[in-house]
Amino acid sequence: MKHLLSIADLSREEILQILETAVSMHEVQHRDVKKLPTLRGRTIINFFFEDSTRTRSSFELAGKWLSADTINLTGKGTSVSKGESLRDTVKTIDAMGVDMMIIRHMASGAPAQIAQWTKCSIVNAGDGMHEHPSQALLDAYTMRQRLGDLEGMHVALVGDLTHSRVFRSNVLCLAKLGARVTLVGPPTLMPAGIGPWAQAEDITISHDLDAVLPTVDAVMMLRVQRERMSGGFFPTAREYAVTYGLTNERLSLLPDHAVICHPGPMNRGLEISGDAADAAQSLVLDQVSAGVAVRMSILYHLLSGEGSAA
Amino acid sequence: MCPARDQVSPGETAETGGRVVLAQAEINRALRRIAHEILEGNKGAEDLVLMGIPTRGVPLAHRLAAALHAVEGVDIPVGTLDITMYRDDLRSQPVRAMERSQLPEDGVDDKVVVLVDDVLYSGRTVRAALDSLADLGRPRAVRLAILVDRGHRELPIRADYVGKNLPTAQAERVSVRLVEIDGTDEVVISAPEGEGR
Repeated sequence: MKHLLSIADLSREEILQILETAVSMHEVQHRDVKKLPTLRGRTIINFFFEDSTRTRSSFELAGKWLSADTINLTGKGTSVSKGESLRDTVKTIDAMGVDMMIIRHMASGAPAQIAQWTKCSIVNAGDGMHEHPSQALLDAYTMRQRLGDLEGMHVALVGDLTHSRVFRSNVLCLAKLGARVTLVGPPTLMPAGIGPWAQAEDITISHDLDAVLPTVDAVMMLRVQRERMSGGFFPTAREYAVTYGLTNERLSLLPDHAVICHPGPMNRGLEISGDAADAAQSLVLDQVSAGVAVRMSILYHLLSGEGSAA
Repeated sequence: MCPARDQVSPGETAETGGRVVLAQAEINRALRRIAHEILEGNKGAEDLVLMGIPTRGVPLAHRLAAALHAVEGVDIPVGTLDITMYRDDLRSQPVRAMERSQLPEDGVDDKVVVLVDDVLYSGRTVRAALDSLADLGRPRAVRLAILVDRGHRELPIRADYVGKNLPTAQAERVSVRLVEIDGTDEVVISAPEGEGR
């Protein structure tokens, strides 16, 4: 494994290996000395062309706790704003001799393209409306912590599917782990052409959240990405919240053992109510905590082992 | 060439070839002696903690704890110390799975920690274990108990308690097999693969 660009590139065994290692990494997170010497002397650049709180800080912490040197760059404040092309920017950084670039970019496929241009390892930390593989891995990790093996579990992904890279990575990851997936959302927020694909992948599509909730083991509420919307996807925020939000009333429809996930940042009162976000079944903060451990595991798997030296 | 199964002479295992240097009874005797030596060196069982290094150091640590219990009648805390993340060869070997480290309830601060492993060879594993231990706490002292010392040290490290000193050639393979993991108790020396005996 040199790059992490898409969940599609990982086998079920590789996914399980990353999740297994993350369990040990999670223990390190609770120690007084949160540092392992594993990636000493390695250099990791966090290159974020889009805003991010948890992904960027958890990748940075993950690198630091494994003793790698980490640097953060954003689109703003670099030569990108002076008009340098993406290719020139990343080749410049590659020429400095870094071992890994963690890329978030608004264009789908940018990390895969950068991997062609550079010698270092590339991690996709979210590209446009394509994928967010580390998020899917940490979601799987968090759900496994609470539910055990995901084989045969029923997971519903609810909300703004069109704009969601989290959903795309999660569907691939959950399928490889043997979970049953149902997608719920308004027809306007379903990606074009999803019907035949869902049929081929054995994925159920529903527009009735109330009917789905009583049958799930986990429900993942996706953020309504207003920054990517030019309007017209649903009449009003209020109507969306009533039809597709996880409201206080809907909370009671969930089976007792079922868990609630949200990749964050949450729009409280829109796709998820405050009570649902803070409920005992809610794994929102567990997801954040797991995020660092899973990302440590990802860095370890990409940057150690034979032939990992760039 | 491996000898046919019915021609195996005493002291050889049929399964893999090679020479059995320690059988079950000898392994048990060695562990009992090490238990006595630990108690003697520590002047009793006070503050003792055993930390097994995966994979086979862990069952050995538990057996040593049982032997200590048999002698002194006290329960010595046993932990697991995974050293994967502290290895110095991570970049030249295939990716290794990480095992779980498990600290005893009271931790290792101000304790006398006895590291337990099956084979002492280059000393690099012990170096990694010492670094790993330093990140978990500050023991009063650290000792090293080893079932087999096969020599060829690459670092200035020695064991405090040794089950058996086993002079070997570097090309030879020393395999420790334990009931808990391998279904049998024995230590076997075998010639390097591909070379007939």
